[in-house]
Amino acid sequence: MRKSIMALGVALALGTVAPAASAEEIVIATVNNGDMIIMQKLSKEFEEKTGIKLRWVVLEENTLRERLAADIATKAGQYDVISVNSYQTLLWAKMGWLTKLDDFSADYDYDDFITATRDSLSVDGVMYGAPFYGESLITFYRKDLFEKAGIEMPAKPTMDDIAGFAEKITDRENGINGICLRGKPGWGENTPLITTFVSALGGEWFDMEWKPRLTSEPWREALTWYLDVMKKAGPAGAATNGYNENRVLFSSGKCGMWIDATVTAGYLLDPKESQVSETTGFAPFPITDKNPDAAGWSGAWALAIPTSVTDNATAAKKFIEWATSKEYARLVGEREGWLLAPSGTRKSTYAAAEYQQVAEPFADKVLAAISAVNPTKPTVNEVPYTGAGFIDIPEFQALGTTVGQNIAAALTGARTLDEVLEESQIYVERTMERAGYYKK
Amino acid sequence: MRSLRPTLFKAAMTFLGWAVALLLFFPILWTVLTSFKSEVEAIAFPPAFWPSGWTLENYFEVQERSEYFGHFLNSVALSLGSTVIGMLIAIPAAWSMAFQPAASTRHVLMWMLSTKMMPAVGALVPVFLIFKSAGLLDTLPGITLIVLVGNLPIMVWMLYTYFKEIPADILEACRMDGATVWKELVHVLLPMSLPGVASTMLLNIILAWNEAFWTLSLTAVKAAPLSAFIASYSSPQGLFWAKLSAASTLAIVPILIIGWISQKQLVRGLTFGAVK
Repeated sequence: MRKSIMALGVALALGTVAPAASAEEIVIATVNNGDMIIMQKLSKEFEEKTGIKLRWVVLEENTLRERLAADIATKAGQYDVISVNSYQTLLWAKMGWLTKLDDFSADYDYDDFITATRDSLSVDGVMYGAPFYGESLITFYRKDLFEKAGIEMPAKPTMDDIAGFAEKITDRENGINGICLRGKPGWGENTPLITTFVSALGGEWFDMEWKPRLTSEPWREALTWYLDVMKKAGPAGAATNGYNENRVLFSSGKCGMWIDATVTAGYLLDPKESQVSETTGFAPFPITDKNPDAAGWSGAWALAIPTSVTDNATAAKKFIEWATSKEYARLVGEREGWLLAPSGTRKSTYAAAEYQQVAEPFADKVLAAISAVNPTKPTVNEVPYTGAGFIDIPEFQALGTTVGQNIAAALTGARTLDEVLEESQIYVERTMERAGYYKK
Repeated sequence: MRSLRPTLFKAAMTFLGWAVALLLFFPILWTVLTSFKSEVEAIAFPPAFWPSGWTLENYFEVQERSEYFGHFLNSVALSLGSTVIGMLIAIPAAWSMAFQPAASTRHVLMWMLSTKMMPAVGALVPVFLIFKSAGLLDTLPGITLIVLVGNLPIMVWMLYTYFKEIPADILEACRMDGATVWKELVHVLLPMSLPGVASTMLLNIILAWNEAFWTLSLTAVKAAPLSAFIASYSSPQGLFWAKLSAASTLAIVPILIIGWISQKQLVRGLTFGAVK
């Protein structure tokens, strides 16, 4: 008995002594996605080169966002390097929560970044997040199904083209859905996709007075198109399908077309990840004559340093400079295969002969899709905000989620289009009024 | 005919018992089986029951990407630490409530239970800020403390119900023989309620081991236990079921073994005093 009490005492003592952190050790909080996992794997090279020890906190996107928000808002300083998306970068930089990243060495070559990607992470021309990957929207389609149906994908498909093709290639008996689009509600799920369609049709969320425009014609047109095409050619239970579910559906051959993030292109051509690697084709995001420039959204994942980090700031900067450098992109290409090289960040990656060789089917299209978007002016009309696919105000998370939920309700048939537009308009107006943007 | 009925009843109950056991065990079995599948096979529909290739790739990758052993040690320290300190507080508390009740004992017990009625997330922001100010974020003492506080009401309640089963006369007899409170506790009360004490400890170890809300919210790298290790394999992008299953299997194996070895104690403790 006495021995076991002693053993417990030892365990307890062990348990209550926290290991001390060394000065040259940095903590990196990151999302659990393919590119970040490759970075974690290759970072041993950085550790050997610099002697700086890296410790990783890898979390699912939503959990990470909550943790980072709590950490950064309270200046808890638990993480030295954080992975953030464009929305967080713009918002947090304006709050003074992120460190400027404008003093890297000359070799770093800021001008090598694709302008749209860099702009989506900069405030007043100063970069606050170093792009780890950038993305826009692209249309993935099955060449074999198109051939079977006797149709051809045009170089610049319109929304009407896509709806017609989707209907033609739908083959419910064989489990083929003509098109898969995000239906899962969320400001990072269905809302950015719908927002992009609205922009393509010449619409916007707000006018210059911050009055919502959700009952305007472009919103009605975009949602009518979306609901119609999903009803005729979408998968069953589409309101629960987000990016990941659709990726599984498309890569297992259940979708004829899928409009989603460009970053997926490399994975869809990888036979280990995709059963349709041989038959996947790539086309631009569907355009309309209302706004031929609205070619997608502009989103990026980036590495940033909270301003609460002081002691480790130099080491953190060193790491970010390495992980977003040209050399790093080359390292990924050589070690992991060029298909997995960071997508949508550096022009030099797209110019590399090795990348061109393997990514030939999509490289130019992805580069064109990302370059075509102007995140500082995403709409036809003048608007008081920036961001393509999102709006850089703190309220957008709540607005995007609720509007997304309303759209999902229309998709399941629980509510009509008119109800959804009306309710969304009222909700957005009330939220903006409460937030002090204007008095009613 | 009459003798057939009990046999039939017994057979039906046995069948029901097995059915419930299988139902409860199936998710664990499925997790273990998935951990040996390839990522593509793990999401295949219709799903295959047995892995076609029995690959260890997921385990290797999990091992390569995470420091399993560090998380494991944190889990051990957290579970044992919160249990031992918790018992040191809960035993005297339950003793006084069972044998020296005051007028407010019932209210105190109800109040303790009521703290479990509020969802933990309701207290997250103040707890986070307190931890930040006290320098307890991502430290083992901090996370041990919060898990201990969370489980303490259950420990006190369990011990209180076990102690209530012990006749107060026996303790009184000890006292009349000149035993001190300490002796009464160590030599009489604890040996008599050992199954109850053991099952309280085991249950608390299991609860602390599986705790995922506070451990995910208040730790980062230094004090992150196995729950954080599992969470790092959940992903909104790409295929991850097989790796997540491998991480889960690695995380639950130790506690499954403890549960297996101690199941007799656990069952005896949980049914302690049920039949008189």
